[in-house]
Amino acid sequence: MKKIILIFFLLLGSFSTQASGEPQSPDEPVDAFGLIMDHISDAHQWHVVDYTNSRGHEVHINVPLPVILWHNNSLWFFSSGHFYHEQEPQQLGNDYVILHEEQFYITGDEGELEMDAEGNIRNASPLDFSITKNVASMILSMALLLLMFLSAGKAYARHGIAPARGFRAVLEPLILFVRDDIARSQIAKDKADKFVPFLLTMFFFIWINNLIGIIPFFPGGSNLSGNISFTATLAVFSFLVINVFAVKDYWKHIFLAPGMPFPIKILLVPLEFIGIFTKPFALMIRLFANITAGHIIILSLISIIFIIKSIYIAPVSILLSLVMFLLELLVAVLQAYIFTLLTALFIGMSTTKSEH
Amino acid sequence: MELLTPSPGLVFWTSLTFVILLVILRKYAWPSILRALKVREETIHFALEDAKKAKEEAEQMEHQRKKVIDEARKERDLILKEARQVKSEIIEEARNEAREEVQRMLEKASRDIEMQRKDAMLEIRKTIGNLSVEIAEKILKEELSGEEKQKKVINAYLNEMNFN
Amino acid sequence: MEAMSFTAVGLGIIVLGAGLGIGKIGQSAIESMSRQPEMSSKIQTAMIVAAALIEGVSLFAIVVAWLVD
Repeated sequence: MKKIILIFFLLLGSFSTQASGEPQSPDEPVDAFGLIMDHISDAHQWHVVDYTNSRGHEVHINVPLPVILWHNNSLWFFSSGHFYHEQEPQQLGNDYVILHEEQFYITGDEGELEMDAEGNIRNASPLDFSITKNVASMILSMALLLLMFLSAGKAYARHGIAPARGFRAVLEPLILFVRDDIARSQIAKDKADKFVPFLLTMFFFIWINNLIGIIPFFPGGSNLSGNISFTATLAVFSFLVINVFAVKDYWKHIFLAPGMPFPIKILLVPLEFIGIFTKPFALMIRLFANITAGHIIILSLISIIFIIKSIYIAPVSILLSLVMFLLELLVAVLQAYIFTLLTALFIGMSTTKSEH
Repeated sequence: MELLTPSPGLVFWTSLTFVILLVILRKYAWPSILRALKVREETIHFALEDAKKAKEEAEQMEHQRKKVIDEARKERDLILKEARQVKSEIIEEARNEAREEVQRMLEKASRDIEMQRKDAMLEIRKTIGNLSVEIAEKILKEELSGEEKQKKVINAYLNEMNFN
Repeated sequence: MEAMSFTAVGLGIIVLGAGLGIGKIGQSAIESMSRQPEMSSKIQTAMIVAAALIEGVSLFAIVVAWLVD
Protein backbone atom coordinates (compact mmCIF):
# COMPACT_ATOMS: atom_id res chain seq x y z
CA MET A 1 0.00 0.00 0.00
CA LYS A 2 2.83 2.33 0.86
CA LYS A 3 4.20 1.69 -2.62
CA ILE A 4 0.95 2.67 -4.26
CA ILE A 5 0.84 5.84 -2.28
CA LEU A 6 4.45 6.47 -3.27
CA ILE A 7 3.52 6.03 -6.94
CA PHE A 8 0.73 8.54 -6.55
CA PHE A 9 3.20 10.83 -4.94
CA LEU A 10 5.68 10.48 -7.79
CA LEU A 11 2.98 10.93 -10.41
CA LEU A 12 1.77 14.11 -8.88
CA GLY A 13 5.24 15.55 -8.57
CA SER A 14 6.83 16.76 -5.41
CA PHE A 15 4.53 18.06 -2.75
CA SER A 16 5.86 19.86 0.22
CA THR A 17 5.12 18.09 3.45
CA GLN A 18 3.34 21.01 5.01
CA ALA A 19 0.73 18.80 6.60
CA SER A 20 3.42 17.31 8.81
CA GLY A 21 3.85 20.69 10.46
CA GLU A 22 1.88 19.67 13.51
CA PRO A 23 1.92 22.64 15.86
CA GLN A 24 4.76 21.94 18.22
CA SER A 25 5.83 25.43 19.14
CA PRO A 26 5.03 26.53 22.70
CA ASP A 27 3.42 29.76 21.49
CA GLU A 28 0.64 27.75 19.83
CA PRO A 29 -1.68 26.85 22.70
CA VAL A 30 -4.68 25.85 20.62
CA ASP A 31 -4.52 22.22 19.63
CA ALA A 32 -7.40 22.22 17.12
CA PHE A 33 -6.80 18.62 16.10
CA GLY A 34 -6.90 17.40 19.68
CA LEU A 35 -9.98 19.52 20.40
CA ILE A 36 -11.82 18.11 17.43
CA MET A 37 -10.81 14.56 18.23
CA ASP A 38 -12.01 15.09 21.79
CA HIS A 39 -15.39 16.20 20.48
CA ILE A 40 -15.92 13.41 18.03
CA SER A 41 -14.63 10.67 20.33
CA ASP A 42 -16.58 9.08 23.10
CA ALA A 43 -16.08 10.20 26.70
CA HIS A 44 -16.89 8.89 30.13
CA GLN A 45 -18.25 12.22 31.29
CA TRP A 46 -20.64 14.64 29.67
CA HIS A 47 -19.11 18.01 29.21
CA VAL A 48 -21.62 20.81 29.77
CA VAL A 49 -19.79 24.13 29.80
CA ASP A 50 -16.47 25.76 30.72
CA TYR A 51 -16.25 29.30 31.96
CA THR A 52 -14.03 31.53 34.05
CA ASN A 53 -15.70 32.72 37.23
CA SER A 54 -15.43 36.13 38.87
CA ARG A 55 -12.35 35.10 40.85
CA GLY A 56 -10.55 34.10 37.68
CA HIS A 57 -10.79 30.39 38.26
CA GLU A 58 -11.66 28.18 35.36
CA VAL A 59 -14.76 26.17 36.05
CA HIS A 60 -15.52 22.98 34.14
CA ILE A 61 -19.04 21.72 34.52
CA ASN A 62 -19.25 18.07 33.61
CA VAL A 63 -21.89 15.46 34.26
CA PRO A 64 -20.22 12.35 35.64
CA LEU A 65 -21.53 9.15 34.09
CA PRO A 66 -21.63 5.65 35.46
CA VAL A 67 -18.64 3.49 34.70
CA ILE A 68 -19.32 -0.22 34.35
CA LEU A 69 -16.33 -2.50 33.97
CA TRP A 70 -16.15 -6.26 33.51
CA HIS A 71 -13.07 -7.67 35.14
CA ASN A 72 -12.26 -11.04 36.62
CA ASN A 73 -15.77 -12.34 35.89
CA SER A 74 -17.55 -9.64 37.82
CA LEU A 75 -19.03 -6.25 37.10
CA TRP A 76 -17.63 -3.12 38.76
CA PHE A 77 -19.52 0.12 39.08
CA PHE A 78 -17.99 3.57 39.58
CA SER A 79 -18.88 7.15 38.99
CA SER A 80 -16.65 8.58 36.30
CA GLY A 81 -16.06 11.56 38.58
CA HIS A 82 -13.53 9.47 40.48
CA PHE A 83 -11.43 9.03 37.40
CA TYR A 84 -11.43 12.65 36.33
CA HIS A 85 -11.07 14.50 39.61
CA GLU A 86 -8.95 12.14 41.65
CA GLN A 87 -6.02 10.93 39.69
CA GLU A 88 -5.44 7.95 41.99
CA PRO A 89 -6.15 4.54 40.54
CA GLN A 90 -9.42 2.96 41.60
CA GLN A 91 -9.38 -0.48 43.17
CA LEU A 92 -10.82 -3.33 41.14
CA GLY A 93 -10.54 -6.39 43.36
CA ASN A 94 -6.86 -7.14 43.49
CA ASP A 95 -6.09 -4.85 40.60
CA TYR A 96 -6.29 -1.15 40.03
CA VAL A 97 -7.72 0.75 37.09
CA ILE A 98 -7.02 4.17 35.68
CA LEU A 99 -8.59 6.19 32.88
CA HIS A 100 -6.03 7.32 30.34
CA GLU A 101 -7.31 9.17 27.25
CA GLU A 102 -10.81 7.77 27.75
CA GLN A 103 -9.50 4.23 27.91
CA PHE A 104 -9.35 2.12 31.06
CA TYR A 105 -6.15 0.26 31.87
CA ILE A 106 -5.40 -2.30 34.54
CA THR A 107 -2.42 -1.13 36.54
CA GLY A 108 -0.61 -1.76 39.75
CA ASP A 109 -1.44 0.24 42.87
CA GLU A 110 0.72 3.12 41.63
CA GLY A 111 -1.36 3.55 38.49
CA GLU A 112 1.66 3.38 36.22
CA LEU A 113 1.39 2.65 32.55
CA GLU A 114 3.98 0.48 30.87
CA MET A 115 5.04 1.60 27.45
CA ASP A 116 6.83 -0.45 24.83
CA ALA A 117 9.52 0.87 22.54
CA GLU A 118 7.03 2.44 20.11
CA GLY A 119 5.15 4.21 22.86
CA ASN A 120 2.16 1.89 22.84
CA ILE A 121 0.58 1.11 26.17
CA ARG A 122 1.04 -2.51 27.15
CA ASN A 123 -1.39 -2.57 30.04
CA ALA A 124 -4.49 -4.71 29.68
CA SER A 125 -7.91 -3.09 29.47
CA PRO A 126 -11.01 -4.29 31.23
CA LEU A 127 -14.15 -4.72 29.16
CA ASP A 128 -15.80 -1.34 29.26
CA PHE A 129 -19.62 -1.33 29.43
CA SER A 130 -19.79 2.18 30.82
CA ILE A 131 -22.65 4.54 30.17
CA THR A 132 -20.46 6.86 28.16
CA LYS A 133 -21.52 10.15 26.64
CA ASN A 134 -22.63 8.31 23.51
CA VAL A 135 -24.61 5.73 25.47
CA ALA A 136 -26.26 8.44 27.53
CA SER A 137 -27.20 10.31 24.40
CA MET A 138 -28.52 7.09 22.91
CA ILE A 139 -30.67 6.49 25.97
CA LEU A 140 -31.95 10.04 25.59
CA SER A 141 -32.80 9.35 21.97
CA MET A 142 -34.55 6.13 22.97
CA ALA A 143 -36.61 7.99 25.57
CA LEU A 144 -37.54 10.63 22.99
CA LEU A 145 -38.50 8.03 20.41
CA LEU A 146 -40.58 6.07 22.87
CA LEU A 147 -42.29 9.23 24.07
CA MET A 148 -43.00 10.37 20.53
CA PHE A 149 -44.22 7.16 19.03
CA LEU A 150 -45.98 5.61 21.99
CA SER A 151 -48.02 8.78 22.45
CA ALA A 152 -48.61 8.96 18.72
CA GLY A 153 -49.64 5.31 18.72
CA LYS A 154 -52.08 5.91 21.55
CA ALA A 155 -53.45 8.97 19.81
CA TYR A 156 -53.97 6.99 16.63
CA ALA A 157 -55.68 4.23 18.58
CA ARG A 158 -57.96 6.79 20.22
CA HIS A 159 -58.74 9.09 17.32
CA GLY A 160 -58.82 6.40 14.67
CA ILE A 161 -58.82 7.76 11.18
CA ALA A 162 -59.39 11.41 12.05
CA PRO A 163 -56.78 13.66 10.44
CA ALA A 164 -53.61 13.92 12.51
CA ARG A 165 -53.23 17.06 14.55
CA GLY A 166 -50.29 18.65 16.33
CA PHE A 167 -47.11 16.65 16.54
CA ARG A 168 -48.68 13.68 14.82
CA ALA A 169 -49.19 15.83 11.74
CA VAL A 170 -45.41 16.20 11.61
CA LEU A 171 -44.73 12.52 12.15
CA GLU A 172 -47.33 11.26 9.76
CA PRO A 173 -45.78 12.36 6.46
CA LEU A 174 -42.46 10.95 7.62
CA ILE A 175 -44.03 7.61 8.49
CA LEU A 176 -45.84 7.58 5.17
CA PHE A 177 -42.61 8.51 3.42
CA VAL A 178 -40.77 5.56 4.98
CA ARG A 179 -43.65 3.22 4.24
CA ASP A 180 -44.33 4.30 0.66
CA ASP A 181 -41.09 5.70 -0.70
CA ILE A 182 -38.66 3.45 1.13
CA ALA A 183 -40.33 0.15 1.93
CA ARG A 184 -43.00 -0.20 -0.72
CA SER A 185 -40.93 1.25 -3.55
CA GLN A 186 -38.04 -1.16 -2.96
CA ILE A 187 -39.56 -4.35 -1.59
CA ALA A 188 -42.03 -6.61 -3.39
CA LYS A 189 -45.59 -5.55 -2.67
CA ASP A 190 -46.72 -8.53 -0.62
CA LYS A 191 -43.65 -8.42 1.61
CA ALA A 192 -43.04 -4.71 2.07
CA ASP A 193 -45.38 -4.20 5.00
CA LYS A 194 -43.61 -6.86 7.04
CA PHE A 195 -40.41 -4.79 7.03
CA VAL A 196 -42.01 -1.39 7.59
CA PRO A 197 -41.71 -1.46 11.42
CA PHE A 198 -38.03 -2.36 11.21
CA LEU A 199 -37.30 0.32 8.63
CA LEU A 200 -39.31 2.93 10.53
CA THR A 201 -37.45 2.18 13.74
CA MET A 202 -34.11 2.30 11.95
CA PHE A 203 -34.92 5.52 10.13
CA PHE A 204 -36.07 7.40 13.19
CA PHE A 205 -33.33 5.98 15.42
CA ILE A 206 -30.60 7.14 13.04
CA TRP A 207 -32.25 10.45 12.35
CA ILE A 208 -32.86 11.45 15.92
CA ASN A 209 -29.30 10.52 16.85
CA ASN A 210 -27.97 12.53 13.92
CA LEU A 211 -30.01 15.48 15.13
CA ILE A 212 -28.94 15.13 18.75
CA GLY A 213 -25.39 14.98 17.46
CA ILE A 214 -25.56 18.37 15.77
CA ILE A 215 -27.17 20.18 18.69
CA PRO A 216 -24.15 22.18 19.82
CA PHE A 217 -24.95 22.40 23.54
CA PHE A 218 -25.39 20.10 26.49
CA PRO A 219 -27.93 17.36 25.86
CA GLY A 220 -26.62 17.08 22.33
CA GLY A 221 -23.22 17.27 20.79
CA SER A 222 -22.33 13.63 21.10
CA ASN A 223 -21.00 12.01 17.98
CA LEU A 224 -23.01 8.82 18.41
CA SER A 225 -24.13 8.28 14.82
CA GLY A 226 -20.60 9.18 13.73
CA ASN A 227 -19.22 6.44 15.91
CA ILE A 228 -18.15 3.29 14.16
CA SER A 229 -19.55 1.06 16.93
CA PHE A 230 -23.01 2.51 16.48
CA THR A 231 -23.02 2.34 12.70
CA ALA A 232 -21.47 -1.12 12.75
CA THR A 233 -24.20 -2.40 15.05
CA LEU A 234 -26.93 -0.98 12.85
CA ALA A 235 -25.21 -2.41 9.80
CA VAL A 236 -25.18 -5.81 11.51
CA PHE A 237 -28.92 -5.52 12.09
CA SER A 238 -29.35 -4.67 8.40
CA PHE A 239 -27.16 -7.61 7.48
CA LEU A 240 -29.23 -9.94 9.65
CA VAL A 241 -32.55 -8.73 8.29
CA ILE A 242 -31.30 -8.87 4.69
CA ASN A 243 -29.98 -12.41 4.98
CA VAL A 244 -32.39 -14.00 7.46
CA PHE A 245 -35.42 -13.19 5.32
CA ALA A 246 -33.67 -13.98 2.05
CA VAL A 247 -35.42 -16.41 -0.27
CA LYS A 248 -33.86 -19.45 -1.93
CA ASP A 249 -33.45 -17.68 -5.24
CA TYR A 250 -31.21 -15.11 -3.63
CA TRP A 251 -28.77 -17.72 -2.38
CA LYS A 252 -28.97 -19.56 -5.67
CA HIS A 253 -28.20 -16.31 -7.42
CA ILE A 254 -25.13 -15.80 -5.24
CA PHE A 255 -23.66 -19.29 -5.07
CA LEU A 256 -24.68 -20.76 -8.42
CA ALA A 257 -24.89 -17.66 -10.62
CA PRO A 258 -27.36 -19.33 -12.98
CA GLY A 259 -27.08 -18.66 -16.68
CA MET A 260 -23.40 -17.80 -16.60
CA PRO A 261 -20.60 -19.71 -18.30
CA PHE A 262 -18.36 -21.61 -15.90
CA PRO A 263 -15.25 -19.38 -16.01
CA ILE A 264 -17.36 -16.34 -15.18
CA LYS A 265 -19.02 -18.31 -12.39
CA ILE A 266 -15.66 -18.83 -10.74
CA LEU A 267 -15.12 -15.10 -10.83
CA LEU A 268 -18.64 -14.07 -9.96
CA VAL A 269 -19.43 -16.31 -7.04
CA PRO A 270 -16.65 -15.02 -4.75
CA LEU A 271 -17.56 -11.46 -5.73
CA GLU A 272 -21.22 -12.03 -4.96
CA PHE A 273 -20.26 -13.70 -1.71
CA ILE A 274 -18.08 -10.77 -0.68
CA GLY A 275 -20.93 -8.53 -1.73
CA ILE A 276 -23.08 -9.94 1.08
CA PHE A 277 -20.66 -8.34 3.51
CA THR A 278 -19.60 -5.23 1.64
CA LYS A 279 -23.19 -3.99 1.38
CA PRO A 280 -23.67 -3.54 5.14
CA PHE A 281 -20.02 -2.56 5.44
CA ALA A 282 -20.61 0.33 3.06
CA LEU A 283 -23.68 1.30 5.07
CA MET A 284 -21.57 1.37 8.22
CA ILE A 285 -18.75 3.43 6.70
CA ARG A 286 -21.11 5.83 4.93
CA LEU A 287 -23.01 6.85 8.02
CA PHE A 288 -19.86 6.99 10.12
CA ALA A 289 -17.93 9.09 7.64
CA ASN A 290 -20.73 11.50 6.79
CA ILE A 291 -21.62 12.34 10.35
CA THR A 292 -18.05 12.47 11.59
CA ALA A 293 -17.02 14.62 8.65
CA GLY A 294 -19.87 17.01 9.39
CA HIS A 295 -18.76 17.35 13.00
CA ILE A 296 -15.15 17.82 11.98
CA ILE A 297 -16.02 20.52 9.45
CA ILE A 298 -18.13 22.55 11.86
CA LEU A 299 -15.54 22.27 14.62
CA SER A 300 -12.72 23.14 12.21
CA LEU A 301 -14.55 26.25 11.07
CA ILE A 302 -14.98 27.32 14.68
CA SER A 303 -11.35 26.46 15.42
CA ILE A 304 -10.19 28.81 12.68
CA ILE A 305 -10.99 31.69 15.03
CA PHE A 306 -8.58 30.35 17.63
CA ILE A 307 -5.92 29.28 15.18
CA ILE A 308 -5.80 32.62 13.39
CA LYS A 309 -6.41 34.41 16.71
CA SER A 310 -8.29 37.22 15.10
CA ILE A 311 -11.71 38.50 16.04
CA TYR A 312 -12.20 39.64 12.45
CA ILE A 313 -12.31 36.11 11.14
CA ALA A 314 -15.06 35.24 13.62
CA PRO A 315 -18.05 36.46 11.54
CA VAL A 316 -16.80 34.61 8.49
CA SER A 317 -16.16 31.48 10.45
CA ILE A 318 -19.46 31.62 12.31
CA LEU A 319 -21.35 32.29 9.09
CA LEU A 320 -19.62 29.37 7.42
CA SER A 321 -20.30 27.07 10.33
CA LEU A 322 -23.91 28.20 10.33
CA VAL A 323 -24.16 27.25 6.68
CA MET A 324 -22.52 23.93 7.49
CA PHE A 325 -24.94 23.49 10.36
CA LEU A 326 -27.87 23.88 8.00
CA LEU A 327 -26.19 21.48 5.62
CA GLU A 328 -25.76 19.03 8.48
CA LEU A 329 -29.47 19.25 9.22
CA LEU A 330 -30.02 18.10 5.66
CA VAL A 331 -27.31 15.46 5.92
CA ALA A 332 -28.88 14.16 9.14
CA VAL A 333 -32.12 13.27 7.39
CA LEU A 334 -30.42 12.34 4.13
CA GLN A 335 -28.12 9.81 5.74
CA ALA A 336 -30.95 8.29 7.75
CA TYR A 337 -32.89 8.09 4.48
CA ILE A 338 -30.01 6.56 2.55
CA PHE A 339 -29.22 4.03 5.25
CA THR A 340 -32.85 2.96 5.38
CA LEU A 341 -33.36 3.13 1.63
CA LEU A 342 -30.33 0.97 0.89
CA THR A 343 -31.35 -1.48 3.60
CA ALA A 344 -34.78 -1.65 1.99
CA LEU A 345 -33.18 -2.04 -1.43
CA PHE A 346 -31.03 -4.94 -0.24
CA ILE A 347 -34.01 -6.51 1.52
CA GLY A 348 -35.93 -6.11 -1.72
CA MET A 349 -33.13 -7.83 -3.62
CA SER A 350 -32.91 -10.70 -1.17
CA THR A 351 -36.64 -11.32 -0.88
CA THR A 352 -37.55 -11.14 -4.57
CA LYS A 353 -38.22 -14.47 -6.16
CA SER A 354 -36.62 -15.46 -9.48
CA GLU A 355 -34.92 -12.44 -10.89
CA HIS A 356 -34.06 -14.36 -14.04
CA MET B 1 -7.04 4.06 14.07
CA GLU B 2 -8.91 4.65 17.26
CA LEU B 3 -11.90 6.10 15.44
CA LEU B 4 -12.35 2.99 13.33
CA THR B 5 -12.16 0.47 16.15
CA PRO B 6 -15.56 -0.55 17.43
CA SER B 7 -15.74 -0.59 21.20
CA PRO B 8 -17.58 -3.60 22.63
CA GLY B 9 -19.38 -1.52 25.24
CA LEU B 10 -20.98 0.81 22.72
CA VAL B 11 -21.82 -2.09 20.42
CA PHE B 12 -23.55 -3.78 23.34
CA TRP B 13 -25.51 -0.70 24.35
CA THR B 14 -26.46 0.11 20.77
CA SER B 15 -27.73 -3.42 20.19
CA LEU B 16 -29.65 -3.35 23.44
CA THR B 17 -31.19 0.04 22.72
CA PHE B 18 -32.10 -0.85 19.18
CA VAL B 19 -33.64 -4.16 20.17
CA ILE B 20 -35.61 -2.52 22.98
CA LEU B 21 -36.84 0.17 20.60
CA LEU B 22 -37.69 -2.35 17.93
CA VAL B 23 -39.59 -4.61 20.32
CA ILE B 24 -41.50 -1.88 22.12
CA LEU B 25 -42.34 0.19 19.07
CA ARG B 26 -43.20 -2.89 17.05
CA LYS B 27 -45.56 -4.01 19.73
CA TYR B 28 -47.14 -0.78 20.94
CA ALA B 29 -46.58 2.01 18.43
CA TRP B 30 -46.24 0.95 14.82
CA PRO B 31 -49.25 -1.39 14.58
CA SER B 32 -51.77 1.19 15.74
CA ILE B 33 -50.17 3.97 13.69
CA LEU B 34 -49.88 1.92 10.54
CA ARG B 35 -53.35 0.45 10.96
CA ALA B 36 -54.87 3.89 11.40
CA LEU B 37 -53.07 5.15 8.32
CA LYS B 38 -54.15 2.14 6.33
CA VAL B 39 -57.75 2.36 7.46
CA ARG B 40 -57.80 6.04 6.67
CA GLU B 41 -56.33 5.45 3.25
CA GLU B 42 -58.86 2.75 2.52
CA THR B 43 -61.69 4.91 3.80
CA ILE B 44 -60.61 7.75 1.57
CA HIS B 45 -60.20 5.35 -1.30
CA PHE B 46 -63.68 3.93 -0.81
CA ALA B 47 -65.17 7.36 -0.29
CA LEU B 48 -63.63 8.52 -3.54
CA GLU B 49 -64.85 5.42 -5.27
CA ASP B 50 -68.35 5.96 -3.86
CA ALA B 51 -68.31 9.58 -4.89
CA LYS B 52 -67.24 8.57 -8.36
CA LYS B 53 -69.98 6.00 -8.53
CA ALA B 54 -72.56 8.47 -7.24
CA LYS B 55 -71.43 11.01 -9.78
CA GLU B 56 -71.69 8.46 -12.53
CA GLU B 57 -75.15 7.50 -11.34
CA ALA B 58 -76.23 11.11 -11.21
CA GLU B 59 -74.91 11.61 -14.69
CA GLN B 60 -76.74 8.58 -15.88
CA MET B 61 -79.94 9.77 -14.24
CA GLU B 62 -79.54 13.18 -15.76
CA HIS B 63 -79.01 11.51 -19.09
CA GLN B 64 -82.12 9.41 -18.62
CA ARG B 65 -84.12 12.42 -17.56
CA LYS B 66 -83.03 14.25 -20.65
CA LYS B 67 -83.94 11.27 -22.73
CA VAL B 68 -87.39 11.08 -21.16
CA ILE B 69 -87.94 14.78 -21.65
CA ASP B 70 -86.84 14.51 -25.25
CA GLU B 71 -89.16 11.64 -25.82
CA ALA B 72 -92.02 13.47 -24.19
CA ARG B 73 -91.36 16.49 -26.30
CA LYS B 74 -91.25 14.39 -29.41
CA GLU B 75 -94.49 12.69 -28.46
CA ARG B 76 -96.11 15.99 -27.76
CA ASP B 77 -95.02 17.27 -31.13
CA LEU B 78 -96.36 14.16 -32.75
CA ILE B 79 -99.65 14.45 -30.92
CA LEU B 80 -99.95 18.08 -31.86
CA LYS B 81 -99.19 17.26 -35.41
CA GLU B 82 -101.77 14.52 -35.43
CA ALA B 83 -104.32 16.74 -33.80
CA ARG B 84 -103.72 19.39 -36.35
CA GLN B 85 -104.13 16.86 -39.09
CA VAL B 86 -107.29 15.51 -37.52
CA LYS B 87 -108.63 19.00 -37.16
CA SER B 88 -108.03 19.82 -40.77
CA GLU B 89 -109.49 16.49 -41.75
CA ILE B 90 -112.57 17.14 -39.66
CA ILE B 91 -112.96 20.57 -41.09
CA GLU B 92 -112.53 19.23 -44.56
CA GLU B 93 -115.04 16.52 -43.93
CA ALA B 94 -117.53 18.91 -42.41
CA ARG B 95 -117.14 21.20 -45.32
CA ASN B 96 -117.68 18.38 -47.75
CA GLU B 97 -120.65 17.16 -45.87
CA ALA B 98 -122.13 20.63 -45.73
CA ARG B 99 -121.56 21.03 -49.40
CA GLU B 100 -123.23 17.71 -50.09
CA GLU B 101 -126.09 18.58 -47.79
CA VAL B 102 -126.60 21.85 -49.53
CA GLN B 103 -126.49 20.07 -52.85
CA ARG B 104 -128.91 17.57 -51.62
CA MET B 105 -131.26 20.22 -50.27
CA LEU B 106 -131.04 22.17 -53.45
CA GLU B 107 -131.82 19.08 -55.44
CA LYS B 108 -134.69 18.25 -53.18
CA ALA B 109 -136.04 21.77 -53.43
CA SER B 110 -135.86 21.74 -57.17
CA ARG B 111 -137.43 18.32 -57.17
CA ASP B 112 -140.25 19.62 -54.94
CA ILE B 113 -140.69 22.65 -57.15
CA GLU B 114 -140.85 20.43 -60.14
CA MET B 115 -143.38 18.23 -58.50
CA GLN B 116 -145.46 21.13 -57.37
CA ARG B 117 -145.26 22.62 -60.76
CA LYS B 118 -146.41 19.31 -62.22
CA ASP B 119 -149.17 19.11 -59.64
CA ALA B 120 -150.15 22.66 -60.43
CA MET B 121 -150.17 21.89 -64.08
CA LEU B 122 -152.32 18.87 -63.44
CA GLU B 123 -154.59 20.99 -61.28
CA ILE B 124 -154.70 23.65 -63.95
CA ARG B 125 -155.46 21.07 -66.55
CA LYS B 126 -158.15 19.64 -64.36
CA THR B 127 -159.53 23.08 -63.58
CA ILE B 128 -159.36 24.08 -67.23
CA GLY B 129 -161.21 20.89 -68.06
CA ASN B 130 -163.81 21.59 -65.46
CA LEU B 131 -164.03 25.20 -66.52
CA SER B 132 -164.25 24.18 -70.09
CA VAL B 133 -167.10 21.85 -69.16
CA GLU B 134 -168.73 24.60 -67.15
CA ILE B 135 -168.15 27.11 -69.92
CA ALA B 136 -169.48 24.67 -72.36
CA GLU B 137 -172.49 24.17 -70.14
CA LYS B 138 -173.01 27.92 -69.83
CA ILE B 139 -172.46 28.44 -73.52
CA LEU B 140 -174.89 25.74 -74.14
CA LYS B 141 -177.33 27.46 -71.80
CA GLU B 142 -176.59 30.89 -73.32
CA GLU B 143 -177.10 29.62 -76.87
CA LEU B 144 -180.43 29.20 -75.88
CA SER B 145 -180.73 32.93 -75.28
CA GLY B 146 -178.95 34.37 -78.31
CA GLU B 147 -175.66 34.22 -79.93
CA GLU B 148 -174.73 37.58 -78.84
CA LYS B 149 -175.30 36.88 -75.33
CA GLN B 150 -173.48 33.64 -75.43
CA LYS B 151 -170.42 35.29 -76.72
CA LYS B 152 -170.71 37.79 -73.99
CA VAL B 153 -170.99 35.12 -71.34
CA ILE B 154 -168.01 33.15 -72.62
CA ASN B 155 -165.91 36.25 -72.56
CA ALA B 156 -167.11 37.15 -69.17
CA TYR B 157 -166.15 33.73 -67.78
CA LEU B 158 -162.94 33.70 -69.57
CA ASN B 159 -162.20 37.03 -68.00
CA GLU B 160 -163.22 35.75 -64.71
CA MET B 161 -160.91 32.82 -65.15
CA ASN B 162 -157.65 34.11 -64.24
CA PHE B 163 -154.70 31.92 -64.88
CA ASN B 164 -152.66 32.47 -61.94
CA MET C 1 4.15 12.23 9.81
CA GLU C 2 5.41 12.08 6.25
CA ALA C 3 2.92 9.33 5.42
CA MET C 4 0.19 11.69 6.46
CA SER C 5 0.82 13.78 3.37
CA PHE C 6 0.75 10.74 1.11
CA THR C 7 -2.57 9.84 2.66
CA ALA C 8 -3.76 13.36 2.16
CA VAL C 9 -2.92 13.20 -1.54
CA GLY C 10 -4.67 9.85 -1.78
CA LEU C 11 -7.72 11.26 -0.02
CA GLY C 12 -7.71 14.18 -2.42
CA ILE C 13 -7.71 11.86 -5.40
CA ILE C 14 -10.48 9.76 -3.91
CA VAL C 15 -12.61 12.83 -3.30
CA LEU C 16 -11.88 14.06 -6.82
CA GLY C 17 -13.09 10.81 -8.33
CA ALA C 18 -16.11 10.54 -6.11
CA GLY C 19 -17.03 14.16 -6.72
CA LEU C 20 -16.78 13.73 -10.48
CA GLY C 21 -18.81 10.54 -10.38
CA ILE C 22 -21.57 11.85 -8.16
CA GLY C 23 -21.61 15.12 -10.09
CA LYS C 24 -22.12 13.19 -13.33
CA ILE C 25 -24.96 11.23 -11.76
CA GLY C 26 -26.60 14.39 -10.47
CA GLN C 27 -26.25 16.07 -13.85
CA SER C 28 -27.78 13.27 -15.82
CA ALA C 29 -30.49 12.73 -13.21
CA ILE C 30 -31.54 16.36 -13.33
CA GLU C 31 -31.43 16.35 -17.12
CA SER C 32 -33.63 13.28 -17.28
CA MET C 33 -35.98 14.73 -14.68
CA SER C 34 -36.44 17.91 -16.68
CA ARG C 35 -37.01 15.80 -19.76
CA GLN C 36 -39.47 13.48 -18.03
CA PRO C 37 -40.85 15.21 -14.96
CA GLU C 38 -43.41 12.44 -14.44
CA MET C 39 -40.56 9.98 -13.80
CA SER C 40 -38.92 12.25 -11.21
CA SER C 41 -39.40 10.06 -8.15
CA LYS C 42 -38.05 6.96 -9.82
CA ILE C 43 -35.08 8.82 -11.23
CA GLN C 44 -34.41 10.35 -7.84
CA THR C 45 -34.29 6.96 -6.14
CA ALA C 46 -32.03 5.58 -8.83
CA MET C 47 -29.82 8.64 -8.52
CA ILE C 48 -29.50 8.29 -4.77
CA VAL C 49 -28.75 4.59 -5.03
CA ALA C 50 -26.09 5.14 -7.68
CA ALA C 51 -24.56 8.03 -5.76
CA ALA C 52 -24.60 5.93 -2.60
CA LEU C 53 -22.73 3.16 -4.36
CA ILE C 54 -20.02 5.53 -5.54
CA GLU C 55 -19.92 7.11 -2.13
CA GLY C 56 -19.56 3.66 -0.59
CA VAL C 57 -16.61 2.80 -2.79
CA SER C 58 -14.90 6.11 -2.15
CA LEU C 59 -15.49 5.89 1.60
CA PHE C 60 -14.07 2.40 1.47
CA ALA C 61 -11.00 3.83 -0.24
CA ILE C 62 -10.77 6.60 2.33
CA VAL C 63 -10.89 4.08 5.15
CA VAL C 64 -8.21 1.96 3.49
CA ALA C 65 -6.08 5.05 3.01
CA TRP C 66 -6.53 5.85 6.67
CA LEU C 67 -5.79 2.34 7.81
CA VAL C 68 -2.55 1.99 5.85
CA ASP C 69 -1.49 5.39 7.08
